Amino acid sequence: MTNGKFFDEMSEAGGAPRAPYARYADWFSGEDPKSLLKKSAEAETFFRRIGITFNVYGQSEADERLIPFDIVPRIIAASEWRQLERGIEQRVRAINAFLADIYNKQEILKSGRLPAHIISGNEAYLPQMVGVSPPGGVYTHIVGTDLVRTGENQFYVLEDNARTPSGVSYMLENRETMLQMFPELFTQMRVKPVSSYPAELRRSLSESAPPGCTSAKPTLAVLTPGIHNSAYFEHSFLADQMGAELVEASDLRIVDGKVAMRTIRGYKPIDVIYRRVDDAFLDPLNFNPESLLGVPGIMDVYRAGNITIANAPGTGIADDKALYSYMPDIVEFYTGEKAILQNVPTWRCSEEDSLKYVLDHLAELVVKEVHGSGGYGMLVGPAASKKELAEFEAKLRARPGNYIAQPTLALSTVPIMTQKGLAPRHVDLRPFVLVSPKKIHITAGGLTRVALKEGSLVVNSSQGGGTKDTWVLGD
Amino acid sequence: MRLKISHKTTYTYDKPVYYALQQIRLTPRTADGQKVLNWTSTFTGGERQVSFEDQFRNPVDLVLMAGTEKLEIVSEGEVEVEDRNGVVGMGKGLMPLWVFMPKTAATSPGPQLRKLVKPFEKQVAEDQLATMHRLSEAIGEAVEYTVGATTSATTAEEAVVAGKGVCQDHAHVMITAARLLGRPARYVSGYLLMEGVTEQDATHAWCEIFIERLGWVGFDVSNAVCPDDRYVRVAVGRDYADAAPVHGLRQGDAQEELCVSLQVQQ
Repeated sequence: MTNGKFFDEMSEAGGAPRAPYARYADWFSGEDPKSLLKKSAEAETFFRRIGITFNVYGQSEADERLIPFDIVPRIIAASEWRQLERGIEQRVRAINAFLADIYNKQEILKSGRLPAHIISGNEAYLPQMVGVSPPGGVYTHIVGTDLVRTGENQFYVLEDNARTPSGVSYMLENRETMLQMFPELFTQMRVKPVSSYPAELRRSLSESAPPGCTSAKPTLAVLTPGIHNSAYFEHSFLADQMGAELVEASDLRIVDGKVAMRTIRGYKPIDVIYRRVDDAFLDPLNFNPESLLGVPGIMDVYRAGNITIANAPGTGIADDKALYSYMPDIVEFYTGEKAILQNVPTWRCSEEDSLKYVLDHLAELVVKEVHGSGGYGMLVGPAASKKELAEFEAKLRARPGNYIAQPTLALSTVPIMTQKGLAPRHVDLRPFVLVSPKKIHITAGGLTRVALKEGSLVVNSSQGGGTKDTWVLGD
Repeated sequence: MRLKISHKTTYTYDKPVYYALQQIRLTPRTADGQKVLNWTSTFTGGERQVSFEDQFRNPVDLVLMAGTEKLEIVSEGEVEVEDRNGVVGMGKGLMPLWVFMPKTAATSPGPQLRKLVKPFEKQVAEDQLATMHRLSEAIGEAVEYTVGATTSATTAEEAVVAGKGVCQDHAHVMITAARLLGRPARYVSGYLLMEGVTEQDATHAWCEIFIERLGWVGFDVSNAVCPDDRYVRVAVGRDYADAAPVHGLRQGDAQEELCVSLQVQQ
């Protein structure tokens, strides 16, 4: 299974299964590969039937596409998960403390631990948030921390995704599919459930209601940009699963000092809005006046303390790539502890020495746009052609401050089911974190993304990645 | 000095407004040399939804109009003002200084503004305050105070090119120039007691420049002075758009007409 260069999560170098996979490997050896391949095809039918599709940007013809699903689970041992949980919780606490600070007293800038220019020149910093203190000091109600693994105990945080991370519907549907296809496996192995996520989301958002909301059952709504958004399925799915209204801007208006939604019995005030609309489009009265996706005056109602916006506007400053390399300092500054999870070593191309190093080693590095997302506008040095390298070199020289570079990590592999049997492919992991004033909850599982192309290190679904069910084992 | 202000703003429309929201920044705050003795804002034809402090600590009322043809805003009260020779000071706000450095839509410099600023580039390093006084004079000369030559959407560069403008344009030009010289600058909207004139047709505007060790210092280019105890500060921001007395968003195609009645008295 393993070619020795990469850490394979299923098999040891000699071919014996690693402990978390022992039972699975045993079960697998007793299965007929042909019937498994047949099941693989069934899974696709299942996804098509429930309508879980995904719009790919930049592909005009194939508007909606299925994200390929692989039937071999990604399995994580209880002890491995505990370590990850501690690390993620620490990081998420630090991020919320950082946001509270950066939009209020800015102690971290005054202390010199973070250079002011990282914030002052940053478009992700939202001056309209200055002086706002959301309930419980929670800014990032929902976080999707992207992790990669390079060895038995080596996990790195790739991105913090503190804006509006998507993908949780895949975590839930992938599990649903696996439960239907392989019920016997779940009786043999103690896999922690993920199905309570919608209920936990409901609890977590309810606990984040504004202080003025006295109802034991705050009114929640999911704000979607609409049916043409690539994650519309997830918006409607989550609203449905947690029993909240799915609303668009045109359903909302200001009534009696609150944001209210149209219902058959008139307008009903909303206490907590889980918005899947970007900051710039959220409020045409206060931000982009051309936006048709936003609610005029919602920021005013927010500043007056009459609604909770999840995630808070302006959280993008915390997961900005220009800030990423300072995360270990940020964790230490606010928690007083060393970061449990490692950061990927990062060269800031804005710094002259770093730029020189990056240009000299371009073919070995991954270069990312500071403000990019979804794997667009990035260079994977080892996989790039000479022409691509030359083009990127020109870009780097023209606007060095726009880029950061990282070593090409030897991402771990987990096998996928192919026509020729199991074959290793690179994976990452996005666990989903819920933050309320009362607690931080991390669902035991997450979204495992897998690069389906042999040797590829790009797992983004917009770049041909697939997904796997993620199993966290009980003790 | 104790100033008594009565300010009535009336918006009339040719048909009922279906749905409109107006952010109203017409309430002065007790701070930095001024004390609000009493103040009331009343809205007819619209309903106050929320009142809050914005990111610059300006008191704001959000007013909703639905189905009416007229919105009348009456702001009145008394304010006690100290003469501080324009020095507002460091301020207690949380807004970091660098927020007042980047250009905005109204304060994007063009070639004419850069030309205007050029002679001051060396001086500013030696004496920031004196340079700003000279800059203010130069802008007063370059942009003649003329009513009707510009609109609320005119940019600083456009005003310099036209060579004409009102207090809003003077403030925008001075802000743009000061930022080009490396100084944080902000827009102020407020009231001014004018000698021999009780009835005024508009609110006033000026700007404040951050001078090291002194803090924010006001400059009223239009009147070639630094604000004293005749000036009441009402709202601040990066430019007019942040500090405008009324900023709104309206659905439907009703035509709007504005009428202002303003008295500032001792």
